[in-house]
Amino acid sequence: MQNHILSIILFTPLVGAILLLFVPKENKDAIRWIANIFALAGFLISLPLVPLFWEKVKSGDPAPFKFIEGTANNWIPSIGAGYVLGIDGISFLLIMLTTLLGWVSILSSWTAIENRVKEYYVWFLILQTGMLGVFMALDFFLFFVFWEAMLVPMYLLIGIWGGPRKLYAAIKFFLYTLAGSVLMLLGILFLYFHHHSVTQVYTFSLEAFYKTAPQIYTDYGPYAATLLFLSFFFAFAIKVPMFPFHTWLPDAHVEAPTAGSVILAGVLLKMGTYGFIRFSLPFFPDVLHNGSTRFWVMVLSVIAIIYGALVSLMQKDMKKLVAYSSVSHLGFCTLGIFALSPMGLSGSVLQQINHGISTGALFLIVGILYERRHTREISEYGGISNVMPIYATITMIMFLSSMGLPLLNGFVGEFTILGGTFLQKDIAGHPGWFWTAWAVPGVVLAAAYLLWLYQRVFFGTVTNPKNEKLHDLTPREVATFVPLLIMAFWIGLYPKPFFEILKQPVNNLVATVNRETPKAETTASVTGGTTAPSECAGCGLSAMPSPTAVKPATASATHPATHTAPTATTPAKGKN
Amino acid sequence: MLFLDHIYLIPLLPAFGAAFMFFFGRKLTKQTVSAVCVGVVVLAFLFACGAVLQYNVWAGANNHQPFQKIVYTWLGTDTGHLNFFKQDGSAANFQIDAGFLLDPLSAIWLLFVTGVGMLIHIYSIGYMAHEGGYYRFFGYLNLFMFSMLTLILANNYALMFVGWEGVGLCSYLLIGFYFHRKSASDAANKAFIVNRIGDAGFILGMFFIAWLMGSLRYVDVNAAARSGHFQIGDPLITAATLLLFVGACGKSAQLPLYVWLPDAMEGPTPVSALIHAATMVTAGVYMVARSNALFVLAPTSMKTVAIVGALTAIFAASIGLVQNDIKRVLAYSTVSQLGYMFLALGVGAFAAGVFHVFTHAFFKALLFLGAGSVIHAMSGEQDMRNMGDLRNRIPTTYWTMFIATLAIAGIPPFAGFFSKDEILWQSWATESVAYHLLWYIGYATAFMTAFYMFRLIYLTFWSKPRMSHDVEHHIHESPASMTMPLVVLAVMSLFAGFLGFPQSLARLVGIHGETNRFEAYLAPVFAKEAPVFAKEEPGQLAAGTKEEEKSSGTEYLLMFLSVGAAAFGWYMAGRSYREADKGYVEPINALSPPVYNTLLNKYYVDEGYDYVFTGRRKLGGVRLGAMGLGEASSWFDANVVDGAVNASGWLTRVVASLSSWWDKWIIDGVGVNGPAILARMLSYPARLLEWGLVQWYALVMTAGLVGFVFYYVYH
Amino acid sequence: MHAMTDISTLHYLVLGAALFLLGVIGVLTRRNVVIVLMSIELILNAVNLNLVAFSRYWQSIHGPSALHGQVFAIFVITDAAAEAAVGLGILIAFFRNKETVNVDEVNLLKW
Repeated sequence: MQNHILSIILFTPLVGAILLLFVPKENKDAIRWIANIFALAGFLISLPLVPLFWEKVKSGDPAPFKFIEGTANNWIPSIGAGYVLGIDGISFLLIMLTTLLGWVSILSSWTAIENRVKEYYVWFLILQTGMLGVFMALDFFLFFVFWEAMLVPMYLLIGIWGGPRKLYAAIKFFLYTLAGSVLMLLGILFLYFHHHSVTQVYTFSLEAFYKTAPQIYTDYGPYAATLLFLSFFFAFAIKVPMFPFHTWLPDAHVEAPTAGSVILAGVLLKMGTYGFIRFSLPFFPDVLHNGSTRFWVMVLSVIAIIYGALVSLMQKDMKKLVAYSSVSHLGFCTLGIFALSPMGLSGSVLQQINHGISTGALFLIVGILYERRHTREISEYGGISNVMPIYATITMIMFLSSMGLPLLNGFVGEFTILGGTFLQKDIAGHPGWFWTAWAVPGVVLAAAYLLWLYQRVFFGTVTNPKNEKLHDLTPREVATFVPLLIMAFWIGLYPKPFFEILKQPVNNLVATVNRETPKAETTASVTGGTTAPSECAGCGLSAMPSPTAVKPATASATHPATHTAPTATTPAKGKN
Repeated sequence: MLFLDHIYLIPLLPAFGAAFMFFFGRKLTKQTVSAVCVGVVVLAFLFACGAVLQYNVWAGANNHQPFQKIVYTWLGTDTGHLNFFKQDGSAANFQIDAGFLLDPLSAIWLLFVTGVGMLIHIYSIGYMAHEGGYYRFFGYLNLFMFSMLTLILANNYALMFVGWEGVGLCSYLLIGFYFHRKSASDAANKAFIVNRIGDAGFILGMFFIAWLMGSLRYVDVNAAARSGHFQIGDPLITAATLLLFVGACGKSAQLPLYVWLPDAMEGPTPVSALIHAATMVTAGVYMVARSNALFVLAPTSMKTVAIVGALTAIFAASIGLVQNDIKRVLAYSTVSQLGYMFLALGVGAFAAGVFHVFTHAFFKALLFLGAGSVIHAMSGEQDMRNMGDLRNRIPTTYWTMFIATLAIAGIPPFAGFFSKDEILWQSWATESVAYHLLWYIGYATAFMTAFYMFRLIYLTFWSKPRMSHDVEHHIHESPASMTMPLVVLAVMSLFAGFLGFPQSLARLVGIHGETNRFEAYLAPVFAKEAPVFAKEEPGQLAAGTKEEEKSSGTEYLLMFLSVGAAAFGWYMAGRSYREADKGYVEPINALSPPVYNTLLNKYYVDEGYDYVFTGRRKLGGVRLGAMGLGEASSWFDANVVDGAVNASGWLTRVVASLSSWWDKWIIDGVGVNGPAILARMLSYPARLLEWGLVQWYALVMTAGLVGFVFYYVYH
Repeated sequence: MHAMTDISTLHYLVLGAALFLLGVIGVLTRRNVVIVLMSIELILNAVNLNLVAFSRYWQSIHGPSALHGQVFAIFVITDAAAEAAVGLGILIAFFRNKETVNVDEVNLLKW
């Protein structure tokens, strides 16, 4: 059971989808029940992972990836593709977020979807499996399959159940993302053949790439390594989306059905940031430390923060406003990632979770008004607090969480990211405070656009007669918010478990990316931080060997120019 | 140690009340709501008293250390992994406690916040009795108490920031309590967003502290700041303190971020009293006082604080001279008094600033509650032009407000005299002569304060009745739940000043020894700065305490002058307004209408901000500020960024069309269909043979067969 | 000589040829497909007659076990039944579409 827990979590939604195929399509309620049961089951089945994972965190399990399933090259041995699943703290949190949001959004679709109900739920459950697969795959081939596979259901969700411009939005989403994926595919192939030229082994195993990919910088020079970095960067930056690759997002969000928006914002965008963390950072440390690449990535993050907030401020459509606020929030996430500090990375992952919770909730909130009034124009509303008080209260809490009010989740992530950026001595030739100072206005603007929205929609008296008869939330609708509210308060009040879970992967990552880390010499900590180094020095080596450990192999592999490598050295490298 | 060990219960008690209202408030009766919400605050007050008493005993035995109680690690892990390099290159670990700290400074705030808070809760029972959303109001008030107490009792800057933002939120919710009114929700938004600007500064300042000191705990920061490791005038510390002061400017309504406070009067009057006069707005003062060890290392910051404080004091007071809304007068008065407090902090007289916060809490809360009582009596009328002659109709309100006015004007022996006089004296006593200018500003402000306060008293309680007949008919004294807090606060306004009885006066009446008990109590927090000042070269700023011995004469003179200014203000106000009838003339308007209009329109600052910063008004057809940027960004996004995306889509389609044309006419047309057409033309004659009639085919077959047979037989 | 009374092979052949000719004329001249099919049956039966006649002739030379021609005739009968079934099936399908059974109206299959 424990050995296959990841597969079980991964395929539960798919089983539901297959089962749904056998239900007659006229039987809408049965379809809804089955889909909801499977979505809830998907969430409940993932819950045992929490104590199991926590146990491993507490026991200080040094393995970087836990619950590993399958071995390298076991799927298509001839090309070296394997069905390998495994998670670390980062993917663990994202998986829990995915199962939770999957359940919430399927529950929220009960009355929203009336036509082609069966197809809708089938695609939604397939999407769920695709997303989980992306976060679990430890094999690049498998990863790419899931990465592409989850595009199709999302495309159909927008294209069939979307709003008036759904085709434009769906095609834009699909093509834009696909363009990035193709570049990534090229990058993957490059890594694949490079790995072969170094070790004489064809494999897509991620752990194998962790060992060889950083050598590309020395093997092929900075220019090629930077291009390779960019090939991954575009794929992920489009997905995040970072400025200026973000314009598919507002369109897709505005046209997508509510549940689609929730999943899109809550989970799909995180694949981009996850990609940065999982691939870009450990593969290309030298690219980040030399040249101006990191500088421009940081600039784009800062622009996204401020620009996204400014554009949100002036939106007339609620959903578009929330979509642009996502651009701003994800800007914080990328800022934290490329600060390359333990704080920045922890904060960034946490902020990704927070964004999934808060922005997911915001889309649900917009969806509830849309379902009642079939418009998202802000000017159509006003005084909604008078008719829907429970709704107004929940909205207020979620707005506050989104704008980063302390004791709610958003603050923890934002604060840690800003701190992590500020306290990094040097980021691309500028002190950390330089970047933080640019990012901080985003916090002010977040309050401005959200509160202004709240004022225009909820405050005042009901001026539009169509709004007078709106009914407040039904118990089912409240139920969709309850888990999100609980998570928002939990992360806000007691985020320590999350930091504990992130400790090992983040420290490993920082050790891999940075030649020098503060923990290497933790001595005169004023607050008395101790014990970190001894715990993680070893795991950093065993998992993603720090570049220095790989260096000798690199040197020997570089000179024989890959083809004429003496066979005697090859096995030694393989063991490395 | 019961109280100290469970000090976290002080904020948690009101938090419980707020949570209770959140979940069950809608179904409860007003009595239950009052019992729960007021009950928890009373409990918190009693608990706070117990804690402070225990602390005083504990501190005596522990070298006047601050008492710290760390409940759990809030941000970060217990073992710590959020490592970073400090500015000096050593490694440190980012770890934020949910921890509480009690020392004399927080003890003072704790006592007056819970005390005044409790009185205002009681007052609200009467004031809000006929309002809708009763449970909501009390829930917000309790939430505010929780946030404020967290702010005060936090043991580190980040947790202080939690309370800091929390009180901002409650302020937002309570200003917008009457959310049906556009003006109320506008004011609420303004308050929150302006505060957020300050908060941004606070956050950055906080990170500077973490970067320099490696920790955000007060004890660690203070220890590091006092270690002598840092130079006086260190630019990084100056940056940190200036950024913190930006935060203080936002929360405590100093120039240029004061604009939200006057508008905040849209909230119910008890809110104005509690949040926007007595407690929340003093959080900035608390923060600067709390960071005194840092500020003394940054003379530039100290100067900035002093100058901003003094300018705010006179600026707000001058606006207050002509306002007609009774609450707005008090609001500008609050801004002005907060300016005094910062002036005190800026000249190094931390204890004097805190003392003024303490006395101000009583008399300003009293003034607001009194104003609330007046408004209550006047059926909601707030414009002083429509009041007059109320002193005999609501006598309790009149007498208590009168006491508060005497206190704020600085008439001895009321509380405000001692605290304000201390500030003025300290600003004079700083050695640099340039600082005397600050004293002149403070002095002028003292005169203005007396003038506008007595103007308020005369226009409201004296002069001729100017209200409509209906309103006049309904005038009644407020219920006991409202007047009781007034009386208690009046007593405090009368006697609180004696806690800080100045040494010099005491000598005059023949008392020796420590009479300024307030300053003595705070000594463990502030006295440690003395060595730092001693090291500084003369001519920099300095605390005035050491001059006291030699210049008592000057002190007496200044004291006399400031009392004179107050008396003169009283006299001028009386002369102008004592007999004011309908259509009375404002003396300033009579003197110079442009000045009057500028003051009445608050120097047009709001309009200017709308043009330049928010962009709510267009400047010659062009929108500037945040909204202007937002519009420009939206345009850029829709046309340039998305335009580029769509253009690449368009380009792809054009190329595709061309390819399609080529494919259709050249590849498919010439290459594939061409030969086909040729074959078709050639096959045309053959087609003529095909009739499609089966029997015809059969006949041909038969004929052919017969033909073959004949051929083979006869050949 | 009982040649006058004996029915010789030649008789069968003449009868077969006559039947064959009738069949061919029927196929070539009749419009109704059913009759065309019946004419085809005639042709087949003419062939069967020939086969049986030659078989009998063959038996008189090689003994009674020489039955090839008769076996062949049975195959042809089976084949005729199948052909009639398929032909009539096509005809019914055709009739459903065109409401006719006239063969000269079936002229779609040209060019």
